Amino acid sequence: MDFTWLDKPLEFSTVLNMIIGAVIVLAFILGVVTYTIYFERKVIGWMQWRIGPNRVGPLGLLQSIADVLKLLIKEDIVPAKADRTVFLIAPIIAFFPSFMVLAVIPFTATHVFTAASNVGVVYYIALSALTIIGVVLGGWASNNKYSLIGGMRSAAQMISYEVPLAMSMLGVVLMAGSLNLVKIVEAQQEFPYVWYVVPQLLGFIIFIISAVAELNRTPFDLPEAESELVAGYFTEYSGFRFAFYMLAEYVYVFAMSALGTTLYFGGWSGPFLPGWLWFAIKVSCFIFFFFWVRATMPRIRTDQLLSFAWKVLIPLALLNLVGTAVVKALF
Amino acid sequence: MAEIRTEELLMNIGPQHPSTHGVLRVVVKVDGEIIKEAEPVVGYLHRGTEKLAEDLQYTQIIPYTDRMDYLSSMVNNHAIVTAVEHAMDLEVPERAEHLRVIVVELNRLMSHLVFLGTYLLDLGAMSPFLYAFANRERVVDYFNRLCGARLTYNYMRVGGVKWDAPDGWIEDVKTFVPHMRKELDMLHDLVTGNEIFLNRVKGIGVYDTDYALSLGLSGINLRCTGFNWDLRKNKPYSIYDRFDFDVIVGQNGDCFDRYMCHMKEIVESLKIVEQALEQIPDGPVMGKVPKILRVPAGEYYHAIEGTRGELGVYIVSEGKDKPYRLKFRRPSFINLQVLPDLLRGQTMSNLIAILGAVDIVLGEVDA
Repeated sequence: MDFTWLDKPLEFSTVLNMIIGAVIVLAFILGVVTYTIYFERKVIGWMQWRIGPNRVGPLGLLQSIADVLKLLIKEDIVPAKADRTVFLIAPIIAFFPSFMVLAVIPFTATHVFTAASNVGVVYYIALSALTIIGVVLGGWASNNKYSLIGGMRSAAQMISYEVPLAMSMLGVVLMAGSLNLVKIVEAQQEFPYVWYVVPQLLGFIIFIISAVAELNRTPFDLPEAESELVAGYFTEYSGFRFAFYMLAEYVYVFAMSALGTTLYFGGWSGPFLPGWLWFAIKVSCFIFFFFWVRATMPRIRTDQLLSFAWKVLIPLALLNLVGTAVVKALF
Repeated sequence: MAEIRTEELLMNIGPQHPSTHGVLRVVVKVDGEIIKEAEPVVGYLHRGTEKLAEDLQYTQIIPYTDRMDYLSSMVNNHAIVTAVEHAMDLEVPERAEHLRVIVVELNRLMSHLVFLGTYLLDLGAMSPFLYAFANRERVVDYFNRLCGARLTYNYMRVGGVKWDAPDGWIEDVKTFVPHMRKELDMLHDLVTGNEIFLNRVKGIGVYDTDYALSLGLSGINLRCTGFNWDLRKNKPYSIYDRFDFDVIVGQNGDCFDRYMCHMKEIVESLKIVEQALEQIPDGPVMGKVPKILRVPAGEYYHAIEGTRGELGVYIVSEGKDKPYRLKFRRPSFINLQVLPDLLRGQTMSNLIAILGAVDIVLGEVDA
């Protein structure tokens, strides 16, 4: 079923469909995120000779739900010297784009709930950049020195890494000849039947490094470097505003994994199993990779981080882009 | 274009901060992320150990020393009891000396494991902390079986040790030595070769031997500059002259050398423990000491190689059962002096790397 909302007239039934679709995706993602957090704590626990959460519910399965409930019923504290309005809306600004990017991710071959936008890649990059504003505003409005430094670090880091991230994605776009994520998946199912991770290996490596940096995860978790900046930009946040930041972070983990799957691992495509299961397996592998790196690596330093992005990743990404373009033009 | 107005930011790192390892406060002036000035503020954990000791009999002082460098209580016990024995010219039975060396070296190893774990945690790596603590836990259990305490042991007495090793204890510790060697290899695999880790510690916080000596640094903070000075070798006390071990020295005096010195000292401690476990004789664990300890009038100084440097005890006695004045030369406190010089011009992330590598324990800094 080809279900693209963008080209339909704005009628009552379409709007209703959109809202229902959005709510279902939202609920689905919330469930996924809840268990992503559980999965992270379990996986890292096992890697560190611990057992992870095991108290709330069987095998600790309800732990994340309990945590979220606790955050929701906590008092919403606003520091006296904070810039009140900005402080209140910053988490929401950071959180909204994280859900909006999911609109273009093709979970399965049939687009029941997501949009097969013709500019999917650009849409993703553009919206995910908006989160930085929320982060910087949160850091600034808290009126806390740690938050400020954390916010500034985030801005520098996310802006720097967005460039190689986007450029590595362009290699795939060139190969598929489309910015549409669905077309990109379909292109990987055609001749020569290989996922783009093979021809775009360099691009994929750049993508995964930039993705980790973009997600503020270890070894690039400087903005919230606990040992230096307490909690970085959300030091002053508590309760559900803090939950919004955390939620945004984990939704991005899922979104970035889904994007990586779509661009480099053929999205839902795969033999025997149904498409959504392939997609879930591939995304889980990505998520596992992020957690694995977190359990292994120490944190990189700010100046090293930026010079790495500008001196190593961006030239490599450019090389990859030009190389892909030349090969594409020749054959 | 108009000049951009910039301001220096005054930041309080601590006293409640995850990476100051206790209640150290560092007042830093930062320009962006570059530190212009840093000043450590100490005293938040001051309990007046030295003053309290003036009202206590020598045996009663021992549990207070547990709480100075709480990561190596056995070493502190050893410092005070050897100082009193030295002043009173007391003999310690062979078995007690061996037990002391075993527990002190195990304690040194434990403390270095804590250093390893917390240092890596400061640098953002979580897992080494848990691996280090899992191994440390085994030693903690041995100590628990030996003296009933997990952190503040109060194990040594003037003239010997309080308890003999329980049945099977020696054998169990013997199994720990090869286990720990294997674990160390794993930790080296995980941490030492990591490019990110090397980038963060190599060439950071460098100073040379002259500078270290001029500040009176000791222990690993001195040896990392290449200066070979270990009281266990240079002024042997207890029975250290009977064991075959090397003094670990660094070369460059940077954070990486300090880290490597800690790792290698664990191996040397294991060597000493292994030899002491082989040689340990049977016999009493408490020597003949008078019921009430009276240090003859005079002034005495005796130092041992503590985990963090030269741990000295200076006793001024008037011949009574209590010291007139007791002064601890606390290596953490003295080593902390390097901080302002090392931090100037560094970034905030280096602050953590440098502070962590100096390896201070706030209980000892403030005493």
